[in-house]
Amino acid sequence: MSTISIPKPQKPWKATPRQRVETGGILLVSLLLAILLVAVSPLKGKLGYVGAFVVIYLIIDYAVVRFNHGKSAGVDAFFRGLVTMAIGVAVLPIISIITAVVVRGYKGLHLSLFTTDMQNAAFTDENLSAGGLKHAIIGSILIVATALVISLPIGILTAIYMTEIRGRFTRPIKFLVQSMSGVPSIVAGLFILAAVVYPLTKFYSSFEGSLALAILMIPTIARTAEEVLLLIPQDLRESGVALGGTQWRTVQQIVLPAARSGLVTALILGVARVAGETAPVVLLTGGGDGTQWNIFKGPMGTLPTYIWKAFGSGTEASISRAWTGILVLLVIVLVLFGLARFLGGRKVK
Amino acid sequence: MTDESENPEMETHVQPSSLAGIASAAEAKKAPGSSALGVGLEARNIHAWFGDKLALRDVSLDFWAGTVTALIGPSGCGKSTFIRTLNRMHEFIPTAAMAGEVLLNGTDIYAPGVDVTQIRLKVGMVFQKPNPFPSMTIAENVLAGLKLANLKVENKDDLLQECLERAGLWNEVKDRLNAHGGSLSGGQQQRLCIARSLAVRPQVLLMDEPCSALDPGSTLKVEETISHLSSSMTIIIVTHNMQQAARVSDYTAFFLSDGGPGELVEVGHTNEIFSRPKDTRTENYVTGRFG
Repeated sequence: MSTISIPKPQKPWKATPRQRVETGGILLVSLLLAILLVAVSPLKGKLGYVGAFVVIYLIIDYAVVRFNHGKSAGVDAFFRGLVTMAIGVAVLPIISIITAVVVRGYKGLHLSLFTTDMQNAAFTDENLSAGGLKHAIIGSILIVATALVISLPIGILTAIYMTEIRGRFTRPIKFLVQSMSGVPSIVAGLFILAAVVYPLTKFYSSFEGSLALAILMIPTIARTAEEVLLLIPQDLRESGVALGGTQWRTVQQIVLPAARSGLVTALILGVARVAGETAPVVLLTGGGDGTQWNIFKGPMGTLPTYIWKAFGSGTEASISRAWTGILVLLVIVLVLFGLARFLGGRKVK
Repeated sequence: MTDESENPEMETHVQPSSLAGIASAAEAKKAPGSSALGVGLEARNIHAWFGDKLALRDVSLDFWAGTVTALIGPSGCGKSTFIRTLNRMHEFIPTAAMAGEVLLNGTDIYAPGVDVTQIRLKVGMVFQKPNPFPSMTIAENVLAGLKLANLKVENKDDLLQECLERAGLWNEVKDRLNAHGGSLSGGQQQRLCIARSLAVRPQVLLMDEPCSALDPGSTLKVEETISHLSSSMTIIIVTHNMQQAARVSDYTAFFLSDGGPGELVEVGHTNEIFSRPKDTRTENYVTGRFG
């Protein structure tokens, strides 16, 4: 009996040891030359090293590859290098922001942050465990959630009008939504102040803040949802209708479920647009220091207004509190986004 | 393949509603034949436009219940446009317009006051690309029409099994009815789409190139499915595959466009169209000399 011998699986396309040595050599030489260049030229500091390294690496890499493999391979290597460096340039600020927030914010972290508010504490108190963020966390969640309840249906219905109904007003509405997405938040705040607070309610409440935030969220949600709905194949809509579904039932049972994870992205981008908004909230809710559960009555503080107030107080202790507030805001936003992704991405049973 | 023997006196009645100016064209539009179940669907002088462009000129065709009619012709000759006028999907294109009548059980489906969703329940459609609903399981896909049309059914499990059996898919999926529709192969997905359109019990099934995205094995299965179904309903299938038309259909209609709007050139028993076509253009097409 002859047995068929199966060869060992290999990856012939992987870099050979020689190529690895070559790549490592280019990196090392670039690094040394960059250090040398910084030493002899007026370039200075971390930025000087990074800049010199990037430029020298790209040049040497291009030259070596071109010498070994020809011109088009050289250009290919150059752009691959450029793209890799660009990722570094894009990610670096984000990492340094997160590091700064964690390093400066962790000092103020303690459990009572989540159980006390600033009603009986001062931002300038040297004892960082006095007072807390309870009111701001509750306020932020209530205000953003209320704004979401208002803007999510309106935004998605607008997107449905633009992609499914495609009525006469589609183009003007598209234009309007696009220009609305650039509206400065303070304008939305002033609009609610002039249109709701002065003529109608005549007092501050977080609901008015939510209205202003909803104005900011609707264009973001509508535009993202529109993009997502446009990606749903026309075939699916036609199949739904060909089975005897009305347009609404087809949209509701087929188009929206098919677009679900994209719609969650729309929701996330909408929340991201407003979670850190300060100006309209300060303007319309008064930015209180006490815990406030009633969204229709009285001042309500949020994390951004807490941070704004803490920085404004200007002492070392208060600025430390502000960094802690930023850290908490960052974590809450990340947790909520992760949760939304998890819920939205779950397969339907 | 044909049921010629069952219909000895299948004959040639000229459409009375044909306009005088196109009398010669009307000669070609004989009714293909009759069956025990009578006429399933009648298209009368159908014209279709996209914007200002006339895409389809004066097509009249009778489709007999319990038979399969194949629509053949080169790309751009208006077959798909025609088939989409038969269940009012044509109007989905914003610039579309049409003239003519489509009679289902003697009533014009374009008459004012007709409930278009009821029409589409009775005239089902299978599309070119398999397109199971992505958010639904196999079982939910089959029963999707009931929910979409808000129909109530006594025993859903029986209906599910019946539809999947009629579509020739039951044995392959009976153990994984709760798997996603997208987990099936292309051919299985297409049969799932057929099962889906059967669940609302249509009288007529329109199939727009249902096998063009499938491999030969899956094509064969879909063709078997078509043969099983044809005893109980009217099937109209658009195909570019002439062997397929010869295999599955009882009647064949040949469409052609000479650069202008598409027209119906000839219709008749499938074996006649392929062996003794009356029009030389049909002969040239079915023998592969052009198109």
